Amino acid sequence: MFNRDNWKEIFDTIQKNKLRTFLSGFTVALGILIFVVLYGFGNGLINTFNEFFEDDATNTFFVFPGRTSMPYKGYKSNRQIEFDNSDLADIEESFPLFLEYVSPRVDRSGMVKYKNESNNYTTRGVSESYQFAEKTIIMKGRYLNQEDIKDKAKYAVIGRLVEKDLFKNESALGKYIDITGSVFKVIGVFQDDAGDDEERRIYIPYTTRQLIEKNTDKINQIVIGFKPEIGYAGAMAFEGQLGKFIREKKYIDPNDQRGFFIRNVADQLKQNQQFAGVLQIIVAFVAFGTIIAGIIGISNIMVFVVKERTKEIGIRKALGATPKAVISTILLESVFITTVSGAVGMIIGVGMLSSLGDTLKDYFITNPFINMGTAIFATIVLILFGGLAGYIPARRAARIKPIVALRDE
Amino acid sequence: MIEIKDLHKSYKMGNNSLHVLKGINFKVEEGELVAIMGSSGSGKSTLLNILGMLDELDEGSYTLDGVPIKNLSETKAAQYRNKFLGFIFQSFNLINYKSAAENVALPLYYQKVPRKERQEKAMQYLEKVGLKPWAEHLPNELSGGQKQRVAIARAMAAEPKVLLADEPTGALDSKTSYEVMDLIQKINDEGNTILVVTHEEDIAHMCKRIVHLKDGVIVEDKKVEQVRAEQYV
Ligand SMILES: Nc1ncnc2c1ncn2[C@@H]1O[C@H](COP(=O)(O)OP(=O)(O)OP(=O)(O)O)[C@@H](O)[C@H]1O
Ligand SMILES: [Mg+2]
Repeated sequence: MFNRDNWKEIFDTIQKNKLRTFLSGFTVALGILIFVVLYGFGNGLINTFNEFFEDDATNTFFVFPGRTSMPYKGYKSNRQIEFDNSDLADIEESFPLFLEYVSPRVDRSGMVKYKNESNNYTTRGVSESYQFAEKTIIMKGRYLNQEDIKDKAKYAVIGRLVEKDLFKNESALGKYIDITGSVFKVIGVFQDDAGDDEERRIYIPYTTRQLIEKNTDKINQIVIGFKPEIGYAGAMAFEGQLGKFIREKKYIDPNDQRGFFIRNVADQLKQNQQFAGVLQIIVAFVAFGTIIAGIIGISNIMVFVVKERTKEIGIRKALGATPKAVISTILLESVFITTVSGAVGMIIGVGMLSSLGDTLKDYFITNPFINMGTAIFATIVLILFGGLAGYIPARRAARIKPIVALRDE
Repeated sequence: MIEIKDLHKSYKMGNNSLHVLKGINFKVEEGELVAIMGSSGSGKSTLLNILGMLDELDEGSYTLDGVPIKNLSETKAAQYRNKFLGFIFQSFNLINYKSAAENVALPLYYQKVPRKERQEKAMQYLEKVGLKPWAEHLPNELSGGQKQRVAIARAMAAEPKVLLADEPTGALDSKTSYEVMDLIQKINDEGNTILVVTHEEDIAHMCKRIVHLKDGVIVEDKKVEQVRAEQYV
């Protein structure tokens, strides 16, 4: 079945029936190509979703104060809730099982100057553990530490782009910058994967910020990192308990939705992943539909091809072709065409995906890809069914009495 | 070479059955050149197709070169066709996307003759029918007579014991018919057994024996003085 002579005969037939070869080859190649591209787009969508979260830690809650919308325990409605340093300590004390770190976050924006250069930046008052929440990467120098917080040190850790803006080609390390009237020493420069906005920030100890602002103990937001090992269920439980704790402490009605807000990154991530997962299933469904359409296409073409060749098969049989020879000629031809064009379609598809990269980011498709296993599996499925699609009519043709086949016009 | 006894064949069409061959007894020795004649619908082609194992008989027996042809599997039948029989059809039945030489070489492919030898043999037989310069041409670039000569070369290439020709000159004018008959006579001269279906008297008289079919039986079977076709070419 696999000697050179058979293949020569098959190549001859393929070569001399270009339209037929093209039609079946094109169907298969297109089927695989669309499958690969669609599937890759599905993965690209997931990439986009994951990217929203990639640059920040996901074991994080952000707690924002709000305004109450209900009166409670003698307090009137529409009361502004505020957090202060005691809340940090209380939270730390109350949830040792769940908690990894707590950091406040006090954002102010204003003019920052170095020599003749100046620009407007957001300066963020935080504690040393905030580095984990943002996944800040130190390029040189160091991040804030516990001592800095305790000493209310006038230290600043600046973003890569702040250094570039203000210091040009100089190194900022050890230099002094003016942040809205106070002088800070630059102790570190950081980068952040999230991009330009994040890299135009300045971190200072929140205690220093409070000192500048008339020694207040108020904080804007509380950032809480929980232990990753508590898992998703643990995070949800923690969120519930934390909410209850804050309500009690701040005298907020248990049904008041506006007194404060907790942004649970883990929950958002999970919901987004679920959404992306559903999208991927839909895309995979469509992609497999394409494969099935390809199989139906190749089946139709094979039925047509065999029908068209009935007379030829009759002639071949009269000249001594055995049924096996008839089947193997048709089958090898169709398997050969599907294999070659399937591989071509797959390679073009994979090539297209990898050349796309970030170009479709506006359509929420980032770095679309398909793993080779899936691509090869789909191609093999199509080849197998293409073969089967060839086999059934070929077998029928091989069984026709030669005299009947010869009479076919 | 060929022996059939009490051969019956009917065609079933729905509920009706058409009894075409009604008990044929017939014997052909090696080296004979037999014309089968009869009016249209008398069953000539049916008989030839059964002899060629393209169709099956209903009743009776058929022995080809000492081998009883009965209940053969498709594979066995194909092997016998390949080894014993060569066909020449009225409508040539060449494969249209293959060149003359490739058409001639095809039966050798099914005999598993190596490629090179196949090509050599094909050229040799094309030369015999005078078509060597046309070897690379496709059938639709050839005239009817040329096509039939390619078909004859193809039938001969397998070196069969029996050559079966169903109205080989049916689609040709008289001059080309004589050319084809000249070829057939020469092949017969070399000792090959040939059966030719025809309803042209002059063609029949270029054979050595004429069998007349009528209403599914042989009504006449006579030896004749062979007219050589060469003189008309
Ligand atoms: N496949 C078939 N199915 C049904 N009837 C058939 C079939 N083949 C032939 N017949 C019938 O059998 C009879 C004999 O046909 P056959 O082809 O043997 O005649 P023939 O002698 O070769 O005639 P012609 O000289 O016209 O070729 C005819 O009546 C024909 O209609
Ligand atoms: Mg006939």
